[in-house]
Amino acid sequence: MTDDRGPRTVNAGTGAAALVSVRNLTHVYPSRRALFGPTGAPRRAVNDVSFDIRRGETLALVGESGSGKTTTGRAILRLIEPTSGTVTFDGTDVLALDREPLRKLRRRMQVVFQDPQSSLDPRMRVGRTVREGIEAHEIAEGADADRRVARALEEVGLHSSDAAKLPHEFSGGQRQRIAIARALAVEPEFVVLDEAVSALDVTVQAQVLALLTQLQRDRGLTYLFIAHNLAVVERIATRVAVMYVGRVVELADAATLYASPQHGYTKALLSAVPVPDPRVRKQRISWDGK
Amino acid sequence: MSTSPLLDVRDLSVSYAARGGETRAVNGVSFAVHAGETVALVGESGCGKSSIAYALMRVMAPGATIGAGSRITFEGHDLVALDERRMRDLRGRRLSMIFQEPASALNPVMRVGDQVAEVARLHGERSRHAAWDRAVTMLDRTGIDRARERAFSYPHELSGGMRQRVLIAMALLMRPALVIADEPTSALDVTVQAQILDLLRDLQRETGMAVLLITHDFGVVAELCSRAMVMRDGRIVEDAPADDIFHAPAHAYTKELLGAVPRLASDR
Repeated sequence: MTDDRGPRTVNAGTGAAALVSVRNLTHVYPSRRALFGPTGAPRRAVNDVSFDIRRGETLALVGESGSGKTTTGRAILRLIEPTSGTVTFDGTDVLALDREPLRKLRRRMQVVFQDPQSSLDPRMRVGRTVREGIEAHEIAEGADADRRVARALEEVGLHSSDAAKLPHEFSGGQRQRIAIARALAVEPEFVVLDEAVSALDVTVQAQVLALLTQLQRDRGLTYLFIAHNLAVVERIATRVAVMYVGRVVELADAATLYASPQHGYTKALLSAVPVPDPRVRKQRISWDGK
Repeated sequence: MSTSPLLDVRDLSVSYAARGGETRAVNGVSFAVHAGETVALVGESGCGKSSIAYALMRVMAPGATIGAGSRITFEGHDLVALDERRMRDLRGRRLSMIFQEPASALNPVMRVGDQVAEVARLHGERSRHAAWDRAVTMLDRTGIDRARERAFSYPHELSGGMRQRVLIAMALLMRPALVIADEPTSALDVTVQAQILDLLRDLQRETGMAVLLITHDFGVVAELCSRAMVMRDGRIVEDAPADDIFHAPAHAYTKELLGAVPRLASDR
């Protein structure tokens, strides 16, 4: 791959410089009036969260619904404007950027969502979808852009001829590969994978995880892997941050966290994962929230 | 198991009308479920497992038909031929279903106590008070604390786990002989899923009901079932005791699926 950004430093993740730094991130959703019933109080979805994502690593953000993991991912990309805190990407204050520099920065940070069904335009041919980012970021045009589209599709295990097809002609796993191709076509350094394999069947899920790992190795990518399934996270994470009602309650190297979880909630979460073996019944650990 | 099975399915086919013809979702499936048995129908999306569940309940999607020659016998009734009135009588009373999405399976503008009580009223309970009391008792048995107060709640006032308990209360109120549970915990957080699985196991032991679990999740199968049927492309490729499925799978596809199941290293 040749581009104008020069060589990248790739590190295993320990002791490496942070590509993304999150400090005291807080996001409060305004109160929502329920259909029936009283007006709720404002909800602190993310509450004073700080962590670094090191170059070349996969930081997993795990938690259950309402933990704030998705809101955190979106705030880092500035898809939402967080209430307070800072996000730094390679030294740049993301939350302070004006529109144009933010647009330029977006080339370097991409996102893949859970449901390719709804994140791909059903009437747009796959080639067009992948090409959009390439053109928007003025990376290439004409025949060069075509070549890049073909290469992006091949890199995720599809055929260059698939560019002429519509999303509905593909299976769920293939659509997720298209979403990955679209994200990678602009040659980002950092990708937020927000429940990117959660909706896939297990055999397909294993293939897509292997693909993500391969792409990371080839390109020195940095991932923020947002997920609720701890067994899936274990396959890909370098480090794991566990979120519980808006806060990071534990952050550790993956091996350490899985072998000896420290926080009560992490222990409860791990003990709740069902074991695919009828001979094993795990002792459940309950967590009453502090 | 010398007695005749509770549910006997022979050569079941289900087709959906599609552009330029029809697609066969279930292709000549045969199996039996005995009283008190816990059996899983497990497979990936599109394998036909949910189509079987809907055919058994006779709540078919528009355009879906049960193929000629299919036989479903439940407690001596021929479910393929049974008229709708008698089917309504069986449904909820002898044969019931727990759906995946408690949010959409419940009526959003009706108190949950009324929704459970309605099941009793549909099946002959004349007294409103008695029906309500039975509902509260059942909600309590599904682990909803302060059930007497919570019965007055609307679905949106309850958490996902609580709503699933309400659906379980509705399904079990009449003490059915067979409960079909269609991905009963797939929409829930993992800690809540664990609670609901424990609850289903306890209630199964307590009532002796048979459970047909529809799922894609081998973890859930291992938690709940003594037998499993693995489906692929509308057919059952393997039907064996759960222990054999997990420890001595015979079919290549079962092995492939099990190999792909994400599991914690510490559980291996």
